[in-house]
Amino acid sequence: MTETILSPMSLLAELTHRCPLQCPYCSNPLALEPRRNELSTQEWISVLDQAAEMGVLQVHFSGGEPMSRPDLPDLIRHAVGLGLYTNLITSGVLLNEKTFPMLVEAGLDHVQLSFQDIDTANAEHVGGMKGAQARKLEAARLVAADGMPLTLNFVIYRENAARVPQMLDAAVEMGARRVEIAHTQYYGWGLANREALMPTAQQLEQTTQAVEAAREKYAGRLTIDYVTPDYYADRPKPCMGGWGRRFINISPSGRVLPCHAAETIPNVAFPDVRHDTLAHIWRDSPLFTMFRGTDWMPQPCRSCDQREKDWGGCRCQALALAGDARATDPVCSRAPDHERVVRVLETLPAEPPPFRYRRYVRATDEVG
Amino acid sequence: MITGLTGDSVIRFARGVRLQHDRVRERWIIQAPERAFIPDPVAAEVLKLVDGTRTLGQIVAELATRFAAPVDVIGRDVHVMVSDLITRQVLVA
Repeated sequence: MTETILSPMSLLAELTHRCPLQCPYCSNPLALEPRRNELSTQEWISVLDQAAEMGVLQVHFSGGEPMSRPDLPDLIRHAVGLGLYTNLITSGVLLNEKTFPMLVEAGLDHVQLSFQDIDTANAEHVGGMKGAQARKLEAARLVAADGMPLTLNFVIYRENAARVPQMLDAAVEMGARRVEIAHTQYYGWGLANREALMPTAQQLEQTTQAVEAAREKYAGRLTIDYVTPDYYADRPKPCMGGWGRRFINISPSGRVLPCHAAETIPNVAFPDVRHDTLAHIWRDSPLFTMFRGTDWMPQPCRSCDQREKDWGGCRCQALALAGDARATDPVCSRAPDHERVVRVLETLPAEPPPFRYRRYVRATDEVG
Repeated sequence: MITGLTGDSVIRFARGVRLQHDRVRERWIIQAPERAFIPDPVAAEVLKLVDGTRTLGQIVAELATRFAAPVDVIGRDVHVMVSDLITRQVLVA
């Protein structure tokens, strides 16, 4: 082993896959975890203890909708006691005058609130929940009124791309300090809906210009994180800052993953916190060591001057597009399979097909 | 440069931002919404004195004593640094 193993910085705690919304770009896997498999409060507390001990600095409580878990305030309080920075990643539809004070009292540091669009009708069409927009606006108002820092997250796709300027103006009006303008990433549900969601090159250019204009207009008041759809890039993203370098994802049932899409990787065991310690999994499990560093890389990555910048791009994308998780990310113009990405963009349908909504498949839920 | 920032301004961290010692990596870090970053050694010394009661002038005086340096030189540097950290939503005055 020639790679230095760093301590993880950040833990994404996916407390549940249950969610009132059904967004067709959801980052959860296609096979959603039923409630009965979820970790208990005590099991999550042990995860937080171990994470802090290992050097994790920030914990992101996510889901599904993490506010579906009644023990969320207890988990936040425990994390705060360990010195962890606590972030809630929420749809906001369960955040109200009754529930939010419990999170404030627990010591929550920050809220990231997602919007499907700034246009109510389309937002609720995409989220699949009537009345959701009003609840989200109320959630934003409560967080801003409290003074807790607020980040808004807008996932961008074909239908809402033109409204990025209004999203950014609205973020300032809502009192957000940060906003994420994040183009859909094409894994899991997003990949299943790629033809309906993928923007055109012209739309991408317009969103980039809107972000640049707003950065100037709102300098010092609003920080804008901008994430592009990497299908249009020449070089791949440094996915998760490199496999097993900074980031740990825990699934609702306790599987420990290098990223939230890693359950698609074939022929490897998925370690979990019910059977092993977090430190041992991070350091030695086959899942975490298989793509750590640069030793695993094929050509052209192995001799590429970017290999410690982009870490070969994204393994799940290599699997999805090239059929091989060990391949160079096909997004890279130097990749043998780059043509596949070009072809996807050249064959986008003129009329987007209907969404395949994120839903539990009943058979999966029952068989579990 | 932030206009209105004077020696009498009380400096504090923005809500949701804090200086914290990272005992695993043995260094100071700034914890902020969805990111943690490492202050340079000088910034860390300044931030350790930010407690929500000290004024900018008191912070400068404290550093001048500690590092046996002229107040006007330190004052300029700290003013620039604090202005920058206010722009970056780390501090508020």
